[in-house]
Amino acid sequence: MLLAQTSSAASSELPVWSDLLLLAPELILAVCACAALVVEVVLPLRRSRLVARFALASVVLAAASLLVLLWQTNNTLLPLTGFYGMVRIDGFALFLKFIFLIAAALAILISMRYADIEEEQHGEYYALLLFATIGMMLLACGYDLIALYVSLELMAVTFYVLVGFTKRERRANEAAMKYFLLGAFSSGVLLYGMSLLYGVAGSTNLGDIAQSVAASLTVQTDVTGAAAATLIPLRPLLLPGMIALAAGLFFKVSAVPFHLWAPDVYEGAPTPVTAFLSTGSKIASFALFVRIFAEALGGMRVDWTPLLGLVAAITFFVGNLAAVTQSNAKRLLAFSSISNAGYLLLGLVAGNSYGYTGLLVYALVYTLMNMGAFGVLIALRRGGIKGDRVDDLAGLAQKAPGVAAMMAIFMLSLGGLPLTGGFIGKYFLFGGLLQRGASENRAWYYWLAGWAIINTVVSFYYYVRFLRQMYLSEGCDDDQPLAFPFTLRTALTVATIGIVLLGVYPQPFIALAQTVVAPLVTMLH
Amino acid sequence: MRSFARSVVLSRRLLAVRWPRTKNYKIYHVKIPYLLSIATWLPTIGAALVLTLFRKDQAGAVKKFATAWFALVFVVSLLLLSYDRAGGGMQFIEDAQWIPLIGTRYQLGADGVSVLLILLTTLLGFIGALSSWTAIEKRLKEYYVLLLLLQTAVVGVFASMDLFLFYVFFEVSLVPMYFLIGIWGGENRLYAAIKFFLYTLVGSVLMLLGVLKMYFLTQDATLVSQISAATLDAVGGAGNTAARLMLGDAAAAAGSGAGTFNIMYMQALGSVLPMGTMQVLLFSAFALAFAIKVPVFPFHTWLPDAHVEAPTAGSVILAGVLLKLGTYGFFRVALPMFPRAVSDEHYFGAFGVRNVMVGLALVSIIYGALAAMYFVVKRDGDVKKLVAYSSVSSMGVVMLGLFALNANGLTGAVLHMINHGIYSAALFLLVGIIYERRHTRSIAEFGGLSHVMPVYATVFLLMMLTAIGLPLLCVFISEFLAMRGAFEANPWWAAVAALGMILNAGYMLWLYQRMFFGELDNPQNARLKDLSNRERADMMPLVLLTLWIGVYPAPFIKYIVQPVGVVVRQLNAVHTMPGVKEFYSAGEH
Repeated sequence: MLLAQTSSAASSELPVWSDLLLLAPELILAVCACAALVVEVVLPLRRSRLVARFALASVVLAAASLLVLLWQTNNTLLPLTGFYGMVRIDGFALFLKFIFLIAAALAILISMRYADIEEEQHGEYYALLLFATIGMMLLACGYDLIALYVSLELMAVTFYVLVGFTKRERRANEAAMKYFLLGAFSSGVLLYGMSLLYGVAGSTNLGDIAQSVAASLTVQTDVTGAAAATLIPLRPLLLPGMIALAAGLFFKVSAVPFHLWAPDVYEGAPTPVTAFLSTGSKIASFALFVRIFAEALGGMRVDWTPLLGLVAAITFFVGNLAAVTQSNAKRLLAFSSISNAGYLLLGLVAGNSYGYTGLLVYALVYTLMNMGAFGVLIALRRGGIKGDRVDDLAGLAQKAPGVAAMMAIFMLSLGGLPLTGGFIGKYFLFGGLLQRGASENRAWYYWLAGWAIINTVVSFYYYVRFLRQMYLSEGCDDDQPLAFPFTLRTALTVATIGIVLLGVYPQPFIALAQTVVAPLVTMLH
Repeated sequence: MRSFARSVVLSRRLLAVRWPRTKNYKIYHVKIPYLLSIATWLPTIGAALVLTLFRKDQAGAVKKFATAWFALVFVVSLLLLSYDRAGGGMQFIEDAQWIPLIGTRYQLGADGVSVLLILLTTLLGFIGALSSWTAIEKRLKEYYVLLLLLQTAVVGVFASMDLFLFYVFFEVSLVPMYFLIGIWGGENRLYAAIKFFLYTLVGSVLMLLGVLKMYFLTQDATLVSQISAATLDAVGGAGNTAARLMLGDAAAAAGSGAGTFNIMYMQALGSVLPMGTMQVLLFSAFALAFAIKVPVFPFHTWLPDAHVEAPTAGSVILAGVLLKLGTYGFFRVALPMFPRAVSDEHYFGAFGVRNVMVGLALVSIIYGALAAMYFVVKRDGDVKKLVAYSSVSSMGVVMLGLFALNANGLTGAVLHMINHGIYSAALFLLVGIIYERRHTRSIAEFGGLSHVMPVYATVFLLMMLTAIGLPLLCVFISEFLAMRGAFEANPWWAAVAALGMILNAGYMLWLYQRMFFGELDNPQNARLKDLSNRERADMMPLVLLTLWIGVYPAPFIKYIVQPVGVVVRQLNAVHTMPGVKEFYSAGEH
């Protein structure tokens, strides 16, 4: 509350920062999403592709309003607090919101072709995508446990529906059911952790929680006794809270041992939804991770870094190992996304400028390359070929050299080859670990970095399998041409350009990321 | 040349392009600005041209154009011979902004060793392209594009003065080679390609951690402040204004806490880096990457597979150049940056890091020779595998020379890199030629070839004798120097290595006997054609170089002496070794 008051006092000096303006992008999206729901009912002809374009336009509009927000606030006025401390707009949130909008735009672009083939072209699909995006964006800027939880559920519930959207497909139904049951359970665990946190802090505001957590821990370690006598030692309460929160979030980001839902859901869900789920939803969950762990539980860093480090180490090992044996491309990419969750966790473990910068940059690149990879899988879908097996890519280099080259870039970037964006992201994540190891003088950070980087070699094994199929296999057995409409081509081209740009000249992106994480880093020290 | 330079200047004015800031530096004997950049990126431009100008079915035009382009690259790279050998140090220096927030810059520079290796690369690139005219039958366009891209990556490694850039080129070079083996390779190519890729990747990813840590160490104010001006002078060359300016910039970046990736500066930093677990770990991170690339026993198992499956030009580039990335890495990075770890004798109790490396080098020499021997003894041994294992043995000699840590050893090692590039490339070409005619490489299939292919037999004889180390042929010089260095360090090392050379002579002579002498007992060999004109043209430069270096190596050694002196100085600061004083009194100017 205290923080909210000071911030609102500060914002009163500013021109017209009405709370509504702070959430302008989300509001635009919300209005458009509702409109998209109505449009199809009202219009006599079922022009769902029109809805898709409308959704795309609304995402662009939201991005534009975000840019205006960015330009107006100019990073000097940030952070801005609104809705009585429920929402806090800082650079970190804005950066993530951009990522979500990019992910949403790409998801819509690759969905149009997919929905055509599946004959599931419905307007509400795009409305749901927009609602999920709103949930993600609110997760990035929520600053209150209630707001965060509601945003999380908005995103999750929308995805429960989206995963089962191809309702005639049995696998999709199964995936939706599985995702719903496990997701609801994990939300419960998360909520339990939040309630414990509330019990300790007496507030749902993250800033307040951070203060009480830090205070309770310092009082507890104080040996003079006088102050400690009046306060109940809260550490026993905080630890289970922290663990419950971690467990809930591990599920959301699909970290081992809470990853088992991911392969089935990713495989069963419609491919564009899988793409969006594996990028947007995961990164939004990471935003929540950072908010809760780095901000609210920042005082407990010593307690949660070993936990996160251990989980990360197991996650990318298990993810990579399981991916090696997969023959279904979607399932393979699901395991790859599990291992990538492990790499992203390293940013939190490092918890310094390099680490958080790596988290943001890698999140951006990861969005582009995963969207691109799933986009290529959609392009492969033709005639009787489903296009979701790795073998379906055989001879693609002969058939469609452009698509093959783009897919090769996505795969090499996922592995982390230099001159692609994936390398820059990993570079920062590993660098962060080394720096933290040096500053804390603890050897395990070095070993974790070494373990992580050895694991990237394993990941190359299965990413290169795509290259092998595309370039090294002689031919493909059918003559059906690839349908490669404009929307899909645009999405893939954007992703490719982004990845190469991030790999060859990442300077502006890094500069931006470093600026926005600076408050996060200084807060911790 | 002047007209070309003028046209460059002219186009600069016309286009008003902002070029990297080279003009701040006084450059010595350079006639053409950005020569290293041109040598590095010209192949990529060629690749782009091949990709855009030609259709898939224009195979004939593609191969002619690509080969001509390789020739052009080679001619351009010949300009690097303007390297001022007396002045020494890093020359042709280029420095431009790249990613300031990471601390990396686009920094190029070459000393004598780099110059020779770049020339070797461009020469072998041309020879490889020429040798592929008939050997490669499918997807020619892609083939030459990849060959050109590979050339850029390799030249880039030799020309990089920034460790980050070095790493980028080092790792990116894997991708074209993966495709070259995987698409145009033999029957088992898929396995060989992925094995090559993953094996070499394991080493290089760990090197990335080393690169990062070295960068963070340059941000360490207390460490940086210990670097003396004398060290900087030694590393950059006191009279070399361009290098000293670059080093000064790097020192300023390090002093301000921003850090730098400049290799010369990191070498200087190496002289103050305290010995301990951190230094040994750092050395191991780099050494593993390079040792896998070299390859040193026990990291060699990818090499025979890759060689056997790779197309001839792939083998030529692989043996001639890619293996040198490893030894060059030792010479440029591992030795001068971690002098204490390298010369350490006690870290693992009774023995030290140096003994481990020398031990591995010796095992490589013997093991490689024995394995090669096995393929002659075996009735249907594969000639290519034999040459591949002889490479392992030969690279062991290079490693031994390097870890002799004295002037003779290092000079011999560097010269041996060049020589091995020449003769092993020639042997792979020769094996490729016979494979193209008979589609087999089994030794048992051949016999009495000298009757039908006299020229082929003569060239093979010459290259075989080179491999053995016959005096007046190039390998003799380098092996002698490397052995002398090893002898100065520890006579036993030289003794063991000499055993390897005897084995070496054994299997090579035996191979020659089985393939070329005796009756022409296989009727399939009776109608084999001798070398065509194209193949003769292909072999000619290598034959000439073998003889030239063998008879009069002085011009080549002159390129090497000064850079070796820098490394020895680095090592000598922490480790006294025999043979250094005389070298200095002779080489100082």
